[in-house]
Amino acid sequence: MTPAAFDVAIVGAGIVGAACAAECAQAGMRVVVIERDLVGGGATSAGMGHIVVMDDSEAQFALTRYSQNLWNELSSQFPADVEFERCGTIWVAADDEEMAEVRRKQGFCEARGVPAEILDAKALEEAEPNLRTGLMGGLLVPEDGVVYPPCAARYLLERAKDRGAVVRLGQPAIEANREGPRLRDGTLVPARVTVNAGGASSPSLTPGVEVQKRKGHLVITDRYPRFVHHQLVELGYLKSAHSLTSDSVAFNIQPRRTGQVLIGSSRQYGVDDLKVEPFMLQKMLQRAREYMPGLSRLSAIRAWTGFRPATPDKLPLIGPCPGQEWLYLATGHEGLGITTSLGTAKLLADQLLNRPAQIPVEPYLPARTKQGSTHA
Amino acid sequence: MPETVSLTIDGLQVRVPAGTPVATAILSSGRTSFRRSVRGEPRGPLCGMGICYECRVTVNGQAHLRSCQIPCQDGMDVQTDG
Repeated sequence: MTPAAFDVAIVGAGIVGAACAAECAQAGMRVVVIERDLVGGGATSAGMGHIVVMDDSEAQFALTRYSQNLWNELSSQFPADVEFERCGTIWVAADDEEMAEVRRKQGFCEARGVPAEILDAKALEEAEPNLRTGLMGGLLVPEDGVVYPPCAARYLLERAKDRGAVVRLGQPAIEANREGPRLRDGTLVPARVTVNAGGASSPSLTPGVEVQKRKGHLVITDRYPRFVHHQLVELGYLKSAHSLTSDSVAFNIQPRRTGQVLIGSSRQYGVDDLKVEPFMLQKMLQRAREYMPGLSRLSAIRAWTGFRPATPDKLPLIGPCPGQEWLYLATGHEGLGITTSLGTAKLLADQLLNRPAQIPVEPYLPARTKQGSTHA
Repeated sequence: MPETVSLTIDGLQVRVPAGTPVATAILSSGRTSFRRSVRGEPRGPLCGMGICYECRVTVNGQAHLRSCQIPCQDGMDVQTDG
C-alpha cells in the first residue's frame, strides 16, 4: 500500500463509526473502518435504540433533532431488521413537580417546531393501560421512534461498503499517528486522518480523552404484543440520569416490533466489568414495576449490559483533537449515540471536507474540553 | 373415581383428573402443536419438565406460560396458538 491509501481511517464499527463511514464514503472519501470485535457489538448492542429529541441543553436539542430528521429521511431505505418504528415517546409524570416539567418541555418543543402533546391522567391511562393508576399525566412526543441498533449499524456499514469503504475486522488499532492507525500486529493502515469512534474504549487509542464508562443494564422479555405502545420514560429520569456520580435507575421501557418489551435503565460509574449485577437488575426492575405492575407477570428472556461513553458536559466529542490535526474524535455520546450517530457523521464529514454544517458545530468540538484546552 | 376438574382449551370444554398438567390435557384433546415459533413452525412439549419452554400457552389471558408446569384447575381458560 502506498502512503495515505485512505483519506480516513475510522476506528470502531459501532453505530457512530458506521454512520461516519457511510457519510464519508458517500462524500467520495476513501474510507477504511477498523473494528477489533463485532460490528455494533459494544455500546451499540446495549443501547435501547430510542431515537429521541432531548432538551437538556440547546446543543443537545440541536444535535438530537437534526439527527432524528436524518433518521426519518433514511427510514424508507431500511431493511426490515432495522425495525424502525415511529412509536413516539411518552414522558411520564408521577407528581405535580413532574407535571410542571411536562408543561415546560411542551413549551420548549413547541417553540422549536417539535410536535408535543400534553396528556392528562385519563389520556395517559388510555394511551398506556398497563401503567399504574394515580399518575399525573405525560408528554407525548410523536416523532420520536426506535430502531434495533446492531442492525442499524450493520446497514450503515453496508452502505459505506457499497460506496467503496473497506472494513477490517478482528484487530484493534493500538495507536494512531500522522501516517494512520497501527493495528495490534504492527500493520500500519495508511490514512490522512484517523477518526476515533471507539465509544467507551476511545481512551485506549487517545489517552486523556475525557470519556468515562457509564454502565447500563437492559432486560428483554418474551413477546407480548400490545403490552406497551410508546417508549415510556419517567420524568424522574431527569433527577436520576443527571447525577454525575451516584448509581441510579429509571423507568424506561420500549415496545419492540417483535412484541418484546425492552426494559431499562441503570447508570453506574466506576464499574469496569460487564457482568450482570443482580442488585442493579433488581433495583431497575423494581422501578419498572412501580410504574407498570403487570411487568411482574411477563417472562424476561435475557439481561445484558454495556458501557455508555460519558463526557463531563454530556455532549459528544466531534472534531479534531487540538494539536493533532490528523486525529479526529467521534465519541462520548453517552446514552444518545444511536440517535445522534447520523448527525455526528454529518458534522464530522462537514469538518473533514470544509463543508458548511447544518447546525453549529462548536458545542461538540473537542477543543472545548479540559484536555482540549491544555493541548491547545 | 378420581376427582375431576373442568377447563376450556381453545374454547372446547374438557374434563380431566385433578392434578393433570395443562400440557397433558392439551395433548389428550388431540393437539400436538401448542404454539408457533417466531418463524411459524409448530411447537409442542419436548422436555416435559419446564426447561425447554416449547410448550408455552396462554392461561387465563397470561401468555407464555409453560403448560407442562401448571396443573389444570376448574374454570381455567387455555389458549394454544398452534
